[in-house]
Amino acid sequence: MATGIRDKVAILGMGCSKFGERWDVGAEDLIIEAYSEAIKDAGIETKDIDAAWFATAFEQVNVGKSGLPLSETLRLNNIAVTRVENYCASGSEAFRGAVYAVASGAVDIALALGVEKLKDTGYGGLPPNGMGPLQFETNANASAPGGFAQIASGYQAKHKLSREDLKRATAHISVKSHANALKSPNAHLRKAISQEQVINAPIIAEPIGLFECCGVSDGAACAIVTTPEIARSLGKSNLVTVKALQLALSNGLEASHNSWDGSYFHTTRIAAARAYKEAAITRPQEQIGMTEVHDCFSITELVTMEDLYLSEEGSAIGDVLDGKYDADGAIPCQIDGGLKCFGHPIGASGLRMLYEMYLQIQGRAETRQLSSPKLGLTHNLGGNPSRNVACICIIGPERL
Amino acid sequence: MDVGISSYDGYIPKLRLSRAAIADANSWLNPALRAQSEGTRAMASWDEDSLTMAVEAGRRVIQGPGADIIEGFYLASTTLPYEDRLNAGIAAGAISLKAEIQAFDIGGSQRAGTSALLNALAATQAGMQKSALVVASEKRRAPAGSPQEMQYGDAAAACVVSAEDVVARFIGSHTSNVDFVDHFRGRGADFDYYWEDRWIRDEGWKKIVPKTIEEALSRNGIQADKVSRFIMPCPFRGLAEKTAKRMGFVRAIVQESLNAHIGDAGVAQPLLMLNLALEQAEPGDILMLVSFGQGCDVLFFEATDALVRTRPAIGVQAELDAGSEETNYMKYLVFNDLVAYHKGMRAEFDRKASLSAVYRQGALLSDLTGGICTKCETPQLPSARLCVSCGSIDSQQPYRFSHRQGTILSWSADYLTHSIDPPNHYGMIEFEGGGRLMMDITDIDPGEAKNDLRVGMVYRVKDIDAQRGYRRYFWKARPLTHSTEGSV
Repeated sequence: MATGIRDKVAILGMGCSKFGERWDVGAEDLIIEAYSEAIKDAGIETKDIDAAWFATAFEQVNVGKSGLPLSETLRLNNIAVTRVENYCASGSEAFRGAVYAVASGAVDIALALGVEKLKDTGYGGLPPNGMGPLQFETNANASAPGGFAQIASGYQAKHKLSREDLKRATAHISVKSHANALKSPNAHLRKAISQEQVINAPIIAEPIGLFECCGVSDGAACAIVTTPEIARSLGKSNLVTVKALQLALSNGLEASHNSWDGSYFHTTRIAAARAYKEAAITRPQEQIGMTEVHDCFSITELVTMEDLYLSEEGSAIGDVLDGKYDADGAIPCQIDGGLKCFGHPIGASGLRMLYEMYLQIQGRAETRQLSSPKLGLTHNLGGNPSRNVACICIIGPERL
Repeated sequence: MDVGISSYDGYIPKLRLSRAAIADANSWLNPALRAQSEGTRAMASWDEDSLTMAVEAGRRVIQGPGADIIEGFYLASTTLPYEDRLNAGIAAGAISLKAEIQAFDIGGSQRAGTSALLNALAATQAGMQKSALVVASEKRRAPAGSPQEMQYGDAAAACVVSAEDVVARFIGSHTSNVDFVDHFRGRGADFDYYWEDRWIRDEGWKKIVPKTIEEALSRNGIQADKVSRFIMPCPFRGLAEKTAKRMGFVRAIVQESLNAHIGDAGVAQPLLMLNLALEQAEPGDILMLVSFGQGCDVLFFEATDALVRTRPAIGVQAELDAGSEETNYMKYLVFNDLVAYHKGMRAEFDRKASLSAVYRQGALLSDLTGGICTKCETPQLPSARLCVSCGSIDSQQPYRFSHRQGTILSWSADYLTHSIDPPNHYGMIEFEGGGRLMMDITDIDPGEAKNDLRVGMVYRVKDIDAQRGYRRYFWKARPLTHSTEGSV
């Protein structure tokens, strides 16, 4: 009988590069920037790492396929390096590989690193996702914002909202994340904005406007994990351990079956329920202290609050406008600025979220440090509302 | 054996380009264009071509009789997308015609529409087929600022030829072939090359047409004064009326030209006007159809009593009325690839078609065939080995979606993705009876999309691979435009 991942693996060290339009550096520099911080934080040497997982999503504009770019860049010791790609959950997927390897007892210390160099394309926004030949024939001519605009449309219809109702809440979300990012030196977008700026911004994909879209950024983030016992033997105390790690993928139901009404993320709900069970959380609204969720577009954050059971269904707008998820609210969300402002280098994002939670739990988040952070939850959603990969990770102090 | 037309209809694109808008843009270059600046011309959207319009017209005429009775398919056009790939074969798949049929592309002159009809009538009369589908469709490009740009229009017309249930009995015909080159379009040329219109009128229309009509009347034993409808598509204003009068068609209603609103839809024009005449005719009427182009075809039909009860699914008149005026001439240039414009880098992405993968999925791509689970009766699109609802393996029967209507569950209007007609609309479409698909939505204006909007399926160009000369077609959702729009 499986017992879950809770407290079996500790984070030994983490690192995160500056995110942004890093015109002057390549993916290799970003990898080294994140890794240098993590290896120093872990207090080990490269030769101590037994296996690695490497996340990149858009190989065609990044470092190409395979685990070789990581192995070569860090001159790893001919260890196993596995490249993973699972849309925007790629970074979390790398973390999962490393955590499971340690938990299995197959290795002592494992590395998870995600990097994305997106700003070598020559245009704004993401490159097109790779498709199979049949998808060329049948898929709608869609972009990422247009895909996520579908959830706005579905949520608005389900709850009988006006466009203005929705816009007010998503604008609040964007304003909040911009304000938070002012305290994140490594964030991509560090500029306060107003509610009016969000509402009046040019439309990218109706109803999503420019300031409701996250930054398309270059960046890398990294985690080194081991067992709590090894961490303690290396002199670490006040360990941060993994409480839950759950991945849920669409199986075609949302895209092909009429039972899904288009107003929520089916996979996020499933992953959340599983993660809370794994972490023995029964009252998420009280027990989750902070979140970094997949705010690729502000509407995604809004709907996700309900799918994580932090807001009741249909009440996320009220909660958002009441400041429940603001930096000084009950459950701060995107305390580092989120995808929206810290940035979204796809392969790195899941690890960047964990990095902020890790710093907060350790009390190392400097000017954005929350007063009493408890469990931290990270959430990725790759794909689009009707066909996606949802990943939820919960970390916290070894002893709560 | 008596044969004739048993079903008829037409398709005219939604947009009608204002000729004044064309003149406003181009009369500095050619002041003579001002004289033609009245009315509108039908303007296909960027995702329509002669093939997609043919599919739409063809689908309409088989609504009544059904696709299974069709044993021959004649597709007439001078603007079909493929030179060596059976365009009628692509259209036949989208119309859901049986595979065991004769299918032909017929072109070569502006008479191709009536040539196709004559061939279908002859083959049916000879007992080679019980019923045949005839479709004429045209989308001609013309240089910016040319008189043809003003005169042409995009449209398609279709009819079913049969030995049974005819609404218009075929009486007979006569044809003359004359290599009178009023215009030509050489292999690979983008545009037609025209000679002086006065010569075309005086030496062509005024000589070849009357001579052929005279011979046609005589050979078929018909007196001019017995003809009820004189149908002659002609770009010269008033010439049809003058010809009818001069030749003694004293009782005949001269069928009104569609030039004022639609323009000249080339090979589709004779059939489009014939179909409109049938909508207006009464049992017993004798209809004469004249078609000009390197010679002349003249055909005679007699409306039967069945005309009263067999009405078109939508009809040419309803299509004439359903248009929406477009005053943005630049949009016309962009839609027709007549101007070098900034497309952005997202237009550069290569989407090479895998012909083997396309062939494997032929049923899905041609007429939107998905599956229905025989265990739990859940319709699903695309069909999959495992049922999306009950998980049964290999439990699905083919289930066609192309004739089903649906509603919009969610949607967006996307300015980021590359589109020739931004913003690109798409959304999750819920089919009546079950099943759904995230699809492009076409012929929709910004502000028009909303949850629960009713849509029908249309076969359209998905994208054009200019590097390889390949056109990808697929189904899109389109807001319902006619109250009579039904299932095909």
